[in-house]
Amino acid sequence: MSSPAPTPLPPSLAEIAEDFSSASNDLKLQLLLEFSDELPGLPERYAGHLDQLERVDECQSPLFLTVEVEDGTSLDDRPVHLFFDAPAEAPTTRGFAGILHEGLDGLTAAEVLAVPDDAPMRFGLAEAVSPLRMRGMVAMLARIKRQVRAKTAA
Amino acid sequence: MTAEDAKISAYAHPERLVTTEWLAEQIAAGRVGGPDGIALLESDEDVLLYTTGHIPGAIKIDWHVDLNDPVNRDYIDGARFAEVLGSRGISRDTTVVIYGDKSNWWAAYALWVFSLFGHEDVRLLDGGRAKWIAEGRELTREVPEPTPVEYPVAERDDAPIRAFKDDVLAHLGTPLVDVRSPGEYTGELLHMPDYPQEGAMRGGHIPGAKSVPWARAANDDGSFKSREELEAIYLTEQGLSPQDDVVAYCRIGERSSHTWFVLTHLLGFDSVRNYDGSWTEWGNAVRVPIER
Repeated sequence: MSSPAPTPLPPSLAEIAEDFSSASNDLKLQLLLEFSDELPGLPERYAGHLDQLERVDECQSPLFLTVEVEDGTSLDDRPVHLFFDAPAEAPTTRGFAGILHEGLDGLTAAEVLAVPDDAPMRFGLAEAVSPLRMRGMVAMLARIKRQVRAKTAA
Repeated sequence: MTAEDAKISAYAHPERLVTTEWLAEQIAAGRVGGPDGIALLESDEDVLLYTTGHIPGAIKIDWHVDLNDPVNRDYIDGARFAEVLGSRGISRDTTVVIYGDKSNWWAAYALWVFSLFGHEDVRLLDGGRAKWIAEGRELTREVPEPTPVEYPVAERDDAPIRAFKDDVLAHLGTPLVDVRSPGEYTGELLHMPDYPQEGAMRGGHIPGAKSVPWARAANDDGSFKSREELEAIYLTEQGLSPQDDVVAYCRIGERSSHTWFVLTHLLGFDSVRNYDGSWTEWGNAVRVPIER
């Protein structure tokens, strides 16, 4: 018996997953730290307005995120933009956000909605950071998709 | 003697706590690291925090990855512990100083696990990572490469300081300290604020448990309160006595390690056990009594 092939990741996210999967545990942490360091700050319109962002409670440290979807005629031509805020003392949470930003920002709404829910488990990160900590990233992805769905509902 | 030294010398076991000033002097004198030096360990909630910068000479130890068994819900065994310490250049008689984030929660947790294996000289840095940084002291991203040493395989001795569910059932009626947030204690919350992933089927507390949130023992800068202030909370207000047989618990046993440290080492209680199964076991167990 063969199980169905897993839903593929979008190329941008697949590339990051590949980098992580082929790295040693120490290197995985270094990579994650780079994503944490490179997470863009909030643009002016959100800075100081965390109430306009959604709080992700599943992360060990507080993380706020919001999604903007550009106008268009269908889900296939409406790019998605992601915004995150997490404190410097929570580099793991920032790193997870950085991966999702790098891998998803600019994709169309249709592409973001097609990202499999188990995508965070395909980075081989669980053994480096422990499975319990991965739940924060799973929750971030779920909330991103939910916001895209809400913001594109007719 | 500085005010901080005076505070520490008043505790029941002052040798269990060091100041940031003392540590800075040891580092400057080259006494941290090396085969005969002090081993400095950082133990954080965030697995990446150490990598962003740490106290010079510090080596990372992670509560999930290094101290927990990867399969069973238990701590590692003696052979694995010997590996974890030996690979960090720590011998059985090495002085170990542990510090971490969040007022030393995870540092106290690591210290408690070290105590299960009977490592004799293990101390906390008062105030942990936050105080060191607040004082503008040096951080580095340079990771030490200790020369591995032979650490003996010590059997874990759980009984004196670790309680299991059956122990707690037998203990009902004697002092229990619930160190979770008030909302978790009353059963309004099935998880700690901000930590819903570690929930339970039922809310409330173990019958008879006193509610003393762990953070009451810490100052705003992450250091421990003075002996006098701690006695006012645990002895005067809660009516505990150092001769009592006490069990402390929280959700997975890390916040209660902090309270275990306070009662055992700062106030000199004779018999304190940490129930690490805590609410994620009790609140999910069938037919155990719960009080709301």
